[in-house]
Amino acid sequence: MAVKSMTAADNAAAPVPVPLTEQDLAVADRIAGTSIFLGASALLIGVTLGVMQGLEHVGINLYKYVQPWVATYYHGLTMHGVLNALVWTTFFIVGFFTYAIVRSLNRPLRYPWLNVLGLLVMVIGLLTAAVPMLTNNASVLYTFYPPMKADWSCYLGLTLVVVGSWMAGWGYFFTLYAWRKEHPGQKQPFIALTVSITMAMWQLATLGVAAEILFLLLPWSLGLVQGTDPLLGRTLFWFFGHPLVYFWLLPAYVSWYAMLPAQTGGKLFSEQLARLVFWLFLLLSTPVGFHHQYTDPGIPQAWKFLHTTITFSLAFPSFLTAFTVVASLEVGARALGGKGYFGWIRKLNWGNPSYAAQNLAMILFVFGGIGGITNASFNLNLAVHNTIWIPGHFHLTVASASTLTFFGILYWLAPALTKRKLFAPKLALAQAWTWFIGMLLMGNALHLLGLHFGAPRRTMLGSAPYASPDWNPFLMESAVGVTFLAISATLLYIVLIGTLFNKKSDVEVKMPVAEPLNPSQSIPKWLDSWTPWVFGAVALVLVAYGPMLYQLIRDIELTSPGWRVW
Amino acid sequence: MSEQTNPIEDPVVEEAQDQSAPVEGGLSEDAHLHIDKYESMWLKIAFIIMGVFFLSVIVSSFAIGIQLPGAYARIDPTTVNDPGSPFAEPGLRELAPGKYEAYYRAQIWQFTPREIHVPLGAEVSFYVTSQDVMHGFKISDTNVNVMVIPGQVSTLKHTFDKPGEYKIICHEYCGQLHHTMYAQIFVDEPTEEVASGAQN
Repeated sequence: MAVKSMTAADNAAAPVPVPLTEQDLAVADRIAGTSIFLGASALLIGVTLGVMQGLEHVGINLYKYVQPWVATYYHGLTMHGVLNALVWTTFFIVGFFTYAIVRSLNRPLRYPWLNVLGLLVMVIGLLTAAVPMLTNNASVLYTFYPPMKADWSCYLGLTLVVVGSWMAGWGYFFTLYAWRKEHPGQKQPFIALTVSITMAMWQLATLGVAAEILFLLLPWSLGLVQGTDPLLGRTLFWFFGHPLVYFWLLPAYVSWYAMLPAQTGGKLFSEQLARLVFWLFLLLSTPVGFHHQYTDPGIPQAWKFLHTTITFSLAFPSFLTAFTVVASLEVGARALGGKGYFGWIRKLNWGNPSYAAQNLAMILFVFGGIGGITNASFNLNLAVHNTIWIPGHFHLTVASASTLTFFGILYWLAPALTKRKLFAPKLALAQAWTWFIGMLLMGNALHLLGLHFGAPRRTMLGSAPYASPDWNPFLMESAVGVTFLAISATLLYIVLIGTLFNKKSDVEVKMPVAEPLNPSQSIPKWLDSWTPWVFGAVALVLVAYGPMLYQLIRDIELTSPGWRVW
Repeated sequence: MSEQTNPIEDPVVEEAQDQSAPVEGGLSEDAHLHIDKYESMWLKIAFIIMGVFFLSVIVSSFAIGIQLPGAYARIDPTTVNDPGSPFAEPGLRELAPGKYEAYYRAQIWQFTPREIHVPLGAEVSFYVTSQDVMHGFKISDTNVNVMVIPGQVSTLKHTFDKPGEYKIICHEYCGQLHHTMYAQIFVDEPTEEVASGAQN
């Protein structure tokens, strides 16, 4: 065919593809392994603190045994949020992505030093922020709203973690760009593309928090300016704060679309729509932050309403995901002999801990997603804003949909990285189920407590004078959930540490890659080109945030002095 | 462009020169988005669900009037207690029969006033600000839920139709004793004297 000869001519002009050697893989895998090891270590501390919080709510105060390491409930709560939601997630994601992109492209990292440097900057940032946090000099929770003032090194450290993750993203962009030069006219491989889209969304979103720290918090905490503007700081934080949740979620989506179907004999139902979903997240993730500020003074209702509209449109990529991913899994279950409308569900690969963990994570995400739509619903938000409903919600999203999926990924990725067998797969399976049950109970209890009683979030409820005896059955349900989670976390670390010291395995574990169900289906060009989506995302941010941010910056009043209130 | 130079060029030839001519499973200019029959149905259902939600939001906020706080006024947090500031002597004021305004000052770790009494049916406009860090202001069993941000005055209105005790709870972390920060509103049923007085 004429087409073929053209492709050959293109290839003649294109640079020769760089082969992927064992050495290249070793470099990428060392970055991945180190990053994931640090993330999982942070999670160990973070989860322990979470268990203490849940038990405090039913009157079991463990804080007196950990003095002075965890000085107060809120000292512990700050570390719980930062270590779990920021450190575990970011370090795991960077590790997972570094492993995945070189396999997806079958090409070495374009600038391995850039990815090494990125990880190094992240580690330096983590250590810098750890000092004030561990010493109770930055107990400002992971949202660090001014005018509560932490030690400057805390802000600097968190910035460096973000900058390091940017460098990791730049490393992926250069690698994908090099691959495209070597393969003109070919579609970008799905995993490499979606990894890069996630990181591009992250670059755009983190501009908000970077601006907050560099222009407001650092000069102020260093004493260069006397006051700050709390509403502007909060607005810049939420510019970043909502896309942050998609930064947690999209890596799980990468696995659900592109890997998980292969783990149960399935195929990617529609590669076209899967790509569309990721582009839509790039387009819509950022201009939605005011839905975290519905109850804020100083922001007109019209702007809040605009963000409601954009947030609602974000439900569609998730509805699409629900269909496409389930259909992809169903293809596998039916191939394995599954029958009936629902009977096929039993044929899924439930015996495999990596598969089971991720499927259970999806089930919890159904509840997380529905709750999310509630939160985004403009005035309906008044019923739940800042109540304990909200932690109930995000423990079903980041702590279940993302984190339980990451555990599932670890159950193949840890053997792949260590070249050792997974230690005690039955325990790993029990880990997935106990996490599922624990989150289901805790999530249910916290949602109800917030909705019916208005119990506040991020509060030492076991010591609150206004707590009502009516709350006790729900706090107890939550504590039972927390107990399941404590058991689950113990199992997790037994499996992971056991794997680390397990005997070397001869069987090579490979990244599961789901083939498209319809491999002859072509991809329209607009689902493979960056320009319209990147420009669209920037334009939408300018429309949804530009005028309000301009006004807040124009009217900036640096009148709030800093406070240390812990 | 090529159409102008050679308008009668054979379309098959043109396609062959196009780098993005359809390759099986590859990229294509003219490939269109294929949506499975059931997926399309599912999307329509999703569209209807979100549409109904969206309409409910519009009706409840603009027809029924359940409003969010908006931009009201700014204040220098260091001058909250200065003479002349409405927050220097916070409390309840009656504006007209049954209509009140209540000024609240939030600070670590208390609201001022700690306690107010209003008659059943009172319509109260709340004005809240903070003299230090961020706080929260949520009145139990009502739609009054607002952030208290230093430098801003938060405002919301509520009519108390049920008698009894309401709790105002600080729902934003504000430091070591955040969990002790609350205040009370008592909505009193009219005694007979007051009720007959109101009739006269």
